[in-house]
Amino acid sequence: MSDAHSSPYLHHHFDTLEQQRQASSLGMWVFIAQEIMFFGGLFLAYTYYRALYPEAFAVGSSLLSLGWGGFNTVVLICSSLTVALSVHAAQVGNKNGIMRYIVATMFLGVIFLGVKYIEYHAKFDHNLVPGRNFQFEPHDAHAHTAPVEFELPALVASAQAQVPQMAMPAMDGEALHAEEEHGELSFDPRHLQIFFSLYFAMTGMHALHMIIGIGLMFWLLRLAGTNRFAPEYYTPVELFGLYWHFVDIIWIFLFPLLYLI
Amino acid sequence: MSDSDASSPSAAPARNYLNFATTAKSWLLTLDHKRIGLLYLISIAFFFLVGGFGASLVRLELLTPDGNLLSAESYNKMFTMHGVIMIFFFLIPAGPGVLGNFVLPLMIGAKDVAFPRLNLASWYVYMTGASFGVAALILGGVDTGWTFYTPYSSTYANSQVILTGLGAFIAGFASILTGLNFIVTIHKLRAPGLSWFRMPLFVWAMYATSIVVMLGTPVIAITLVLILLERGLGLAIFDPALGGDPVLFQHLFWFYSHPAVYIMILPGFGIISELISCFSRKRIFGYGFVAFSSMAIALIGFFVWGHHMFVSSQSVYAGLIFSFLSFLIAVPTAVKIFNWTATLYKGAIVFRTPMIYALGFLGLFLIGGLTGLFLSSMGLDVHLHDTYFVVAHFHYVMVGGMVMAFLGGLHFWWPKMTGRMYFQGWAIVTAIVIFVGFNLTFFPQFLLGYLGMPRRYHVYPSEFQILHVLSSAGASILGGGFLMLYIYLPLSLFIGRKAPRNPWPATGLEWEVAESPPSPHNFETTPVVTEEAYNYAHKDHAFFEQDIVDILPEEDENV
Ligand code: HEM
Ligand SMILES: [Cu+2]
Repeated sequence: MSDAHSSPYLHHHFDTLEQQRQASSLGMWVFIAQEIMFFGGLFLAYTYYRALYPEAFAVGSSLLSLGWGGFNTVVLICSSLTVALSVHAAQVGNKNGIMRYIVATMFLGVIFLGVKYIEYHAKFDHNLVPGRNFQFEPHDAHAHTAPVEFELPALVASAQAQVPQMAMPAMDGEALHAEEEHGELSFDPRHLQIFFSLYFAMTGMHALHMIIGIGLMFWLLRLAGTNRFAPEYYTPVELFGLYWHFVDIIWIFLFPLLYLI
Repeated sequence: MSDSDASSPSAAPARNYLNFATTAKSWLLTLDHKRIGLLYLISIAFFFLVGGFGASLVRLELLTPDGNLLSAESYNKMFTMHGVIMIFFFLIPAGPGVLGNFVLPLMIGAKDVAFPRLNLASWYVYMTGASFGVAALILGGVDTGWTFYTPYSSTYANSQVILTGLGAFIAGFASILTGLNFIVTIHKLRAPGLSWFRMPLFVWAMYATSIVVMLGTPVIAITLVLILLERGLGLAIFDPALGGDPVLFQHLFWFYSHPAVYIMILPGFGIISELISCFSRKRIFGYGFVAFSSMAIALIGFFVWGHHMFVSSQSVYAGLIFSFLSFLIAVPTAVKIFNWTATLYKGAIVFRTPMIYALGFLGLFLIGGLTGLFLSSMGLDVHLHDTYFVVAHFHYVMVGGMVMAFLGGLHFWWPKMTGRMYFQGWAIVTAIVIFVGFNLTFFPQFLLGYLGMPRRYHVYPSEFQILHVLSSAGASILGGGFLMLYIYLPLSLFIGRKAPRNPWPATGLEWEVAESPPSPHNFETTPVVTEEAYNYAHKDHAFFEQDIVDILPEEDENV
């Protein structure tokens, strides 16, 4: 007890390092519970609208780049590994290891965000960003230049084939009218805006969490660089690891919901 | 403890959390939960005034049937400003931010909350959010109502929705930081011997509140984000013109905002348990039931939100379930009321100011809760929804319940917080003025609502005028009562009698061990708890030797 008191890592209002560590770790878990509710609101909105407008969502999903999305999924899984390695390095008191793996994680995070930028950019080019300029042009398919984008008409056709052509009870008069106008479309293109709004909101919130994570890693680097961690105290590294894993897991849900189904 | 009797006038003032450093910096950068509690107190006291100003204009306008003071637009902005400020910037932070921050660590024998820096951050975050609210006000106000219903808020409103929404969003994170802190503090920082079932009930209540904060607040956060994205960046989420569903917004909003009413009232329940027990000189009746009813309310509170949406095209079957669950949640609430009443039974009741507020709470909250059951009955709610009946209901719970409890708690712990006694006579008169003014303001509103007066209108048929005039008259009495608080409480800091360590004498570590005001780190040595809470059987019943019924301070106290 008395030697624990003298530890330079102990804040005055805790009695022991163990108590302090447990408090921090519980705090992080409670924070993550809070984060789950935050994203939960988005997942709820997604589920609800998907159930309302399955055709539009299927088409929307097919307009996303599976290649880039898959690539990013791999990048994030790798970053989960590097962050876990940095925690391990902290456990054994390997300062260089911590810094090396944190930098690797940052690097992977930046790659992820770079890819997101490319994807967002393509959506802007193709007028798939909700708002006044939103335009869904099934015939204008040759505009797609991004390497891993697929040809559009084929996709729309395949998406339509996947979606059973059920009678659409939810469709109101206006929507039917829209269908007539677009001839072969089996869905109301306005609903595509809802899909893309959710796409941007969900991936945007996720990206924001990654940006915050990258900011936190700068802080960890500074702490590690000034020898603030030791095998008996590396809570920030450990808790950051939890946070980063959480952000990865969110993506593991976003990817299939948005890109695959 | 070390330094004998702090109340003796001759002793040099002991080093305490107020006088050990007095620079502005020592306040603005403090990590001390007690100082942060006071920072919160000053801030919410300010916003209560601003919100009260909005209410005064609303009541003034409603004196006459025609709209002759405010235009329809400014009336909308007034009640919105009132609601937003009172809910997001006053009542939600009042319980946890002020009293929770100040007494919770003292009650459990901790030196501070688990994360003092996050605690300070919470106050700054709150102030940032509140500044956005004030900015919105200055730049023209907002007219959506505190409920921000879409698509009006997201698409059509022509006022400062973005700023206000950001303000509420940011302030939410202040709640989250506080809630997180309390959960961890209660789990990890209890003094030796303080097992869960020895904890004061206020701590249980704050624990339940914090859980609701942690699970509810993020949902309103994302909901507000969606509105802001829709309004600011043109995303399509709730816009019916694009197939969006405004009712989805209502579900998300009430999923937070019903639990939010428990964020507001649960701390009040905790305060009332402390007050009733202390001023009945009796252990609380059915401790376990009172503790668990808080947890039950926190849990069930997440499953009743649909009772706000009986007439919003929600399925009738869903409505039935929400109605049933709303009746269910009244059970743990009633358990509390019964147990408090049973505590009074054969107690040695002492009428001090905090007790006057507590007794006022019992009656007013009872009315508020029972009228909640009227509203939870689907058929009746079709008639009562969006009328003044709802306005009266929630004011009976939020003002009659929580504000009364808050003021009771504030008077109870005032000597501990400031080291000074307030003036008992003024305080009792004020409490009674508030009670009378409150009932005169809000009881007529039940009648108005029942007769069909809708809420949120600035003109009305002239047959409602009498009741409106009564209500406005009551509001001026109520306002006068509140203003008296702003006079005598600050005044007591300068000329109030020095407070002894335990003026009531109450049980609890904050009274029995910590000095008034406590030392910077609360306790010189970590206290050890050996008995259950509220062990009044062994307390001195020859109460109030140092009775404090005087209106003005005694001469010698000021020397
Ligand atoms: C016994 C427990 C309660 C029940 C059964 C209950 C029931 C209800 C119902 C059914 C409504 C909706 C009325 C309508 O819009 O037609 C309502 C509104 C409201 N209640 Fe309660 N309530 C209870 C406790 C509370 C508490 C403790 C608070 C606050 C501390 C509160 C604050 C409110 C507020 C603010 C509204 C109005 C929301 C708005 O602006 O539309 N209620 N309550
Ligand atoms: Cu409710």
